[in-house]
Amino acid sequence: MAACSIEDLLAKAEQDEAEKLKSITVQKELDLEFDIGNLVAYDKNRIDIRQFREQKKEDFLRSLARDNTQLLVNEIWKHPTERVEEVIVVKLPEPTTPLPREKPPPKPRPPTKWEEFAKLKGIQKKKKTNLVWDDVAKNELHRLRNIARAQKIKVPGVGLTPTAQQSKTDLARAVNVAKSSTASAGKFQDRLPKEKAPRNTGKKRKFQPVIGNFSNEKQRQLDLLKVLDSKKPRLDVNKAVNKQMREDDREESAAKFKKGGKKGRKGGNFSGKGKGGGGKGKGRAGGKGQGPPSGKKGAGKPGKR
Amino acid sequence: MKQKEGVIKPKTKRAKRFLDNRAPKLTENVKNAMIMKGGNTSMTVTQALKDIYALKKPSAVLYKKKNITRPFEDSSSLEFFSKKTDSSLFLFGSHNKKRPNNLIFGRLFDFHVLDMIELGIEKYNSLSAIKNSKCPEGTKPMLVFAGEAFDHDDDHKRLKSLLTDFFRGPVVPSVRLAGLEHVLHFTALEGKIYMRSYSQNSLGFSRSLLKKSGCRTPRIELEEIGPSFDFVLRRTHLASDDLYKTAHRQPKALKPKKKKNISHDTFGTKFGRLHMQKQDLAKLQTRKMKGLRKRRGPAAAAEGETSSKTAKVEVE
Repeated sequence: MAACSIEDLLAKAEQDEAEKLKSITVQKELDLEFDIGNLVAYDKNRIDIRQFREQKKEDFLRSLARDNTQLLVNEIWKHPTERVEEVIVVKLPEPTTPLPREKPPPKPRPPTKWEEFAKLKGIQKKKKTNLVWDDVAKNELHRLRNIARAQKIKVPGVGLTPTAQQSKTDLARAVNVAKSSTASAGKFQDRLPKEKAPRNTGKKRKFQPVIGNFSNEKQRQLDLLKVLDSKKPRLDVNKAVNKQMREDDREESAAKFKKGGKKGRKGGNFSGKGKGGGGKGKGRAGGKGQGPPSGKKGAGKPGKR
Repeated sequence: MKQKEGVIKPKTKRAKRFLDNRAPKLTENVKNAMIMKGGNTSMTVTQALKDIYALKKPSAVLYKKKNITRPFEDSSSLEFFSKKTDSSLFLFGSHNKKRPNNLIFGRLFDFHVLDMIELGIEKYNSLSAIKNSKCPEGTKPMLVFAGEAFDHDDDHKRLKSLLTDFFRGPVVPSVRLAGLEHVLHFTALEGKIYMRSYSQNSLGFSRSLLKKSGCRTPRIELEEIGPSFDFVLRRTHLASDDLYKTAHRQPKALKPKKKKNISHDTFGTKFGRLHMQKQDLAKLQTRKMKGLRKRRGPAAAAEGETSSKTAKVEVE
């Protein structure tokens, strides 16, 4: 009995399935062509004109439309679906019917002046490595600056403050500075066995020995007199004026900066350098400006002798 | 005639964005349609234009004033309007004794007329005449073209392409299943083209959604909603073959990049090739079977042979 009922149930289930399928299947002579990307279906079957005339036009068209739409929807349902925010969405493929464009495809824009120059010179774009600001080093630097400000001493410059990546040159410089910071300016500091002598050290100005080459000295004095005699100004007025203006601007901006409030720059050598450079420049210009008149005076004296 | 580098240089970022939107692009925007009236229009034509504007909203502009031009003779004003509104589709309605209730569907390429097809309205039912609930504006419609003429006749083929272009709406990667409501059905029969617009609100739809399967295809039942037209094909102005071809030219960048070394056989299995260097077969790393190793000496060799044989048997 149970077995019979199970068989009946199965048969019924099959019938149901068949009915469902019947409701969505459509018989057509030729299969339709689909372009699902555009949701279009092309039905190439012949339309029975007699049937069209017999039936009411609207009903015939409606049944035809229903069949075709059923086939189109069946085809759409075959495509993969996904759930997006509580809505079921079907993923459409690319459209297949070729349709004309609106405008012609974009033309590649002409290369800019820099691009042309780079091509000419063979310069290639180099990707900058991502230098990340090291928080530890920054903290250390700020800490030292704060200490310097509190104790009113200068922060040591040259590579002695910690930075994240110290290059060979930085380290070498730091070593040299440390070595020469002794009472006798590093004269009696021993070098490590394989350590090379530091370059770019020594006197920055070379003076001639007091008593040495007499002919050389004579020549140099005569040249100096010749320069003093010449009417041409040794001073390039334009250059001097520009230099002076630049120094003035720099001083102005430094003054403004100071006015703006101490932002920890006092500790560094920055302002020191600026002042020193400005001072030097001024002195030089001033000296040169007074050159010819004083020179003439001076020329006068040896002449008398 | 606004060119970005040339006549007008944009001074604000907003202006620059606006001009970039209208500039030629790799993947283009939705085609805008301009719907306009001719020198003399009848009630049918004005109502028809309004209905098609409703179908094509929001990517359409409906002009209220009459334009006294004849597209088939002089298309300069059409081109001017298309440049102003950045539209590449147009629909021109007019009415005169010789051609009553005339609609000209057309499209432009690079602001020059590409195709124009003139259809005459023989019978027309407007949206308001058909009293049924309408589907919301902006839904992407499903299009169906029925009839042999759409396959055999050149004019009808062009018409098919033009109507697809006109009504398809934006190209989207995915569509909400419940939003597939609107169907436009075009039938070509006996030289006439019947356009009907249906909505499908089948019950099977909601049931299948509730089941969340999405696989049970519902049974479609259609209700006529929209405007219905009985068109007759009149004049056509189709583009020359080479202009048509230029219009279809796609930029190379859009071509899908072909992955090398992947091939498919008839069953759909994916194949790829592994390129190996030449191997010294004498020094291959294989499984070592102790019994098969060479032994020293002839007696040992004989023994080895026998033992190897036995070893083989065991393995088997």
